[in-house]
Amino acid sequence: MKHSRVPGRVLQGFIAVFLYAPILVLIVFSFNATKSRVKFEGFTLDWYAKLFEDRQVLSALYLTLVLAVLSALAATVIGTVSAIGLHNMKRRPRKALLALNNIPVVNPDIITGVSLMLVFLLCVSFLRSLGLRAGLGFTTLLLAHVTFNIPYVILSVMPKLRQLSRNTYEAALDLGANPFQAYRRVILPEIMPGVVSGAIIAFTMSIDDFLISYFTTGTSVQTLPMVIYAMTRKRISPEINALSTLMFLTVLVLLIVINILQSRDQKEKERRFRAVS
Amino acid sequence: MKRRGGLLAFPYAVWMILFTVVPMLLVVWFALTDEDGLPTVGNFIRLWDYGAVFGRSLGLAAVSTVICLLIGYPLAYVLSRETDAMRNTAMLLIMLPMWINILLRTYAWMSILENSGLLNQLLSFLRLPALHIINTPSAVALGMVYNYLPFMVLPVLTVITKIDDSVVEAAQDLGGSQATVFRRVILPLSLPGVLSGITMVFVPAVSTFIISKLLGGGKSMLLGDLIEMQFLGNTYNPYLGSAISLVMMVIVLISMALMNRFGEGEEEVMGL
Repeated sequence: MKHSRVPGRVLQGFIAVFLYAPILVLIVFSFNATKSRVKFEGFTLDWYAKLFEDRQVLSALYLTLVLAVLSALAATVIGTVSAIGLHNMKRRPRKALLALNNIPVVNPDIITGVSLMLVFLLCVSFLRSLGLRAGLGFTTLLLAHVTFNIPYVILSVMPKLRQLSRNTYEAALDLGANPFQAYRRVILPEIMPGVVSGAIIAFTMSIDDFLISYFTTGTSVQTLPMVIYAMTRKRISPEINALSTLMFLTVLVLLIVINILQSRDQKEKERRFRAVS
Repeated sequence: MKRRGGLLAFPYAVWMILFTVVPMLLVVWFALTDEDGLPTVGNFIRLWDYGAVFGRSLGLAAVSTVICLLIGYPLAYVLSRETDAMRNTAMLLIMLPMWINILLRTYAWMSILENSGLLNQLLSFLRLPALHIINTPSAVALGMVYNYLPFMVLPVLTVITKIDDSVVEAAQDLGGSQATVFRRVILPLSLPGVLSGITMVFVPAVSTFIISKLLGGGKSMLLGDLIEMQFLGNTYNPYLGSAISLVMMVIVLISMALMNRFGEGEEEVMGL
């Protein structure tokens, strides 16, 4: 069948411009000598220097990373253990729990945010009535992040468990392993790819989240997206452009590295496969 | 495997009840009470005052979803006919902007759409009349399309790519013209992807408040803005806020139920 590829190419080109023009604009204006967001008036690296002197940005970056690591770690442990538990359950309770699991995934973030805020505020006022010091802050942020991360870990571990042969676990037991050893030495290595990708998804979700953090933190604890939000409201500093450029480059480098590692892994597997057969 | 290990899910069940079920129940509780903790439906009656906001939110989300479909479907179709390598690269390029925080992606459009911004500079360079877009509903719709277009393209592309080539060839052998093959074979088979694309665009679009804050200039208030105002704004009123949240949740559930009804199955849609 013959048909012209030209309209398709035009569409692709149009979308590429649409998707990347704003990002290009962000990057170009991070080097602008003046504060103007619309006129380029000379090259400078000042905004990058300013960014690295900005204590608010640096401490927010630190907080965001700590929060992402801790919440991804907690969610990965809880999520993996629960996925194994869910896998071993009877069909009906499993379906009920998995339906529960979907709530944070399909709910709009803003509703997850405000509903958690209500719970935390009630807890805070209860603790205060007992004479304890309490408030929204790092703890509530961490609880919120773990809560919205767990479902993603479960969703990425469950398929791996389903692929597992039922006999694997029993074979391990027959060979003299106790249940704990069987899980740690046999099941865990098998489902590891799902666990790792769950952890990565959780980590990126946590770093990227603005809405849920916005509602569940106090005034003193700010994550990087919250600082960015405050910056966009003031509409002034090209520092924000410098920050976006750096974040974009980080993501780009990470994706390229992951791609290279994956293709190398693939080649390694093929090589081994050929060696075996 | 033995069935005893189910206990391992117990801590998770407790966690989910504490931080997912209880919060949802609290939203319902707050929506149905007033400041003194007495039951009332007053919060829902007050919602009539905000009919315009509901209308604008649903309207803008619907318009953006339709635009995403009109751009995203042809793009997915064109990409499905490319080679594997080309298609994978394209998917990566479509996903890459999603890795940048939505605040930054939206902020970038501010400097493009401003009255003296880059778009109008380009237009005046081409001797075309200037456009006034920033702080209008059009700017908000544009922001929604920009941010959520990948959510339409990826599920549709995944589904079209999975269509068996032999099915398409059979239709051609049986004398179907290109248009007929598309209309009678490819379009119906890609419907599950379209339906999940629609929900994945509509749900975040109807609940956003970032895009309207940055590009709408506070003039086109959306449901998200309204909820944010009740919980963190000057007019602190979690009771009204909960009522709005509850209605939004119902809207989301209805739209998802509708989409599920039309397209059964097909669970793995995010091409991740």
